[in-house]
Amino acid sequence: MSGLWEMVTDPFMQRALVAALLVGLSAPVVGTYLVQRRLALLGDGIGHVALTGVALGWLVGAAMGLVPDDVLAVPGAVVAAVAGSVLIEVVRRRGRTSGDLALAILFYGGIAGGVLLIGLAGGSSGSLMAYLFGSISSVTLSDVWVTVALCGVILLVGLGLRAALFSVSHDEEFAISSGLPVWALNMAVAVLAALTVTVAMRVVGLLLVSALMIVPVAIGQIVTRSFRRTMLVASIIGVAVCVTGLSVTYWYNVSPGALIVVLAIAVYAVVALLHPVLARRRPPVDPHPDIPDDVAVVPSATPADGRAAAQEECTP
Amino acid sequence: MTTPATDSPPAAATPPSGDVPPVEARDVHVRLGASPVLRGVDLTVRRGEVVALLGANGSGKSTLVRTLVGVLPATAGSVRLFGHELGDDVPWSRVGYVPQRVSAAAGVPSTAAEVVASGLLHGRRLRLPRGWRTQVREALDLVGLADRARYATHQLSGGQQQRVLIARALVRRPELLVLDEPVAGVDRPSQEAFAATMTRLVDDGMTVLVVLHELGELAPLVQRAVVLRHGRVVHDGAPPTPRAGHGGEAHEHVHPHAHPTALPRTDEVRLAEGPFEARPESTEDEVAP
Repeated sequence: MSGLWEMVTDPFMQRALVAALLVGLSAPVVGTYLVQRRLALLGDGIGHVALTGVALGWLVGAAMGLVPDDVLAVPGAVVAAVAGSVLIEVVRRRGRTSGDLALAILFYGGIAGGVLLIGLAGGSSGSLMAYLFGSISSVTLSDVWVTVALCGVILLVGLGLRAALFSVSHDEEFAISSGLPVWALNMAVAVLAALTVTVAMRVVGLLLVSALMIVPVAIGQIVTRSFRRTMLVASIIGVAVCVTGLSVTYWYNVSPGALIVVLAIAVYAVVALLHPVLARRRPPVDPHPDIPDDVAVVPSATPADGRAAAQEECTP
Repeated sequence: MTTPATDSPPAAATPPSGDVPPVEARDVHVRLGASPVLRGVDLTVRRGEVVALLGANGSGKSTLVRTLVGVLPATAGSVRLFGHELGDDVPWSRVGYVPQRVSAAAGVPSTAAEVVASGLLHGRRLRLPRGWRTQVREALDLVGLADRARYATHQLSGGQQQRVLIARALVRRPELLVLDEPVAGVDRPSQEAFAATMTRLVDDGMTVLVVLHELGELAPLVQRAVVLRHGRVVHDGAPPTPRAGHGGEAHEHVHPHAHPTALPRTDEVRLAEGPFEARPESTEDEVAP
């Protein structure tokens, strides 16, 4: 117990816990919209592009002689992630079929560009490790404020415009026929995803960022049947795994980002395995008790006779 | 042949008034990819009219209604809703659209109430109004699904999902209802519930444009039929009377099955079939482009 108190009063851990809590809360909010529009891998694509942004920021910082030379890495990541997500959205809009291919090309271009640029900046690809796999233990006070501000924007837009973002994510055709600003709302989702990637970069790293957006949603949709509750459950699970995973690393020397993602997937596995078992305990009910059987199976003397006969012929 | 001659198009920039037709399309051309799908379609739907849009698969029915509500861009011609060119000026709260959809479900589970509530947003209204729960309940009640509000849409039957989509269009209390094949592949109770709902709405003065494969249960309501063939209007006038032997109340239409091993689908049993059907068994559902 005293160990727990020690952890909570440690200023390093305090900053890290605040960042983990905020990221765990907001990443699943955006993830719910991405899963809803079947773009679960969008976060991955943006994460890869953000790596190029990190390297670009590094290159510019080094060229300007800034100290430390990665001071522009996070702003670079924000710019590249937003640009990348807007680009993906434009491509998705123009040619629907090639969106998948465009995403793949962005994946490769992002990683290759990042490694290439970091070399030019005088670093090695090892310098990118902190960004690829997270570096939550080195969070500074100003990092915390940036995280608070960005998560505030994500939660404000993601929750404030929930009905409208649900509408475009659920049925874009209907949203257009309602005169909604569909283009602006799609862009809002894309930019939210980009911001989420850059704030979560610190906690779990760019390669695992998408897991924090998607896995809690995958858990939420097993146990609920409404959009609102899926989002709520996903956020609770996001906070729980982020805080737990980070706390464990206070005592055991393992990568916090990887541990958080493994924890989330473990929760998913347990829920996915247990939910059917628990659901089976309830007595089976006909989901549509009020729908009469409109296919006559038993032959009768009515005109439905022919229908029933035809059906029996069809059944091997 | 193509346009009701009595109805001349109003001058540009007509202020919306009681006489402005809810739908007014002039010489609409639509291309999807390289192929012209609509080739100069004129269509006017006047206030309080119930117009059925008929035609074989691929005749452009769905493309036309999707163009009318702004989902597809017209390559030429003009579309006016309530006297306004398609765009931000259209009073979208007065238009309710029911897309052709097999399912109302998407990637994340959502309840019937949540789907219907999204119909309350239109134009620049991006947040749910006060009292939205009451409005959603009333709309679901109108389609006979008040007790299913908290069900996930994927738990509902196909016909019930279709009714959820109709409730979504009705929740904003539109004056014009545009429906794309609302009863295709829908179970009988849902078809009957749909016909009853439509009768009540039309009695209250609703203007309706509905894409149909066959008039079916809606036959008593339809005042005018527009028939498309290969992207052109080939008939605009009285609804067709069913061919002898087809379409009677007691007529049971049994399709011979192309493959003896195929399991029968409940929607293959149809009450009535219009004379414009030249529909091979294999193309049961029109594939949206």
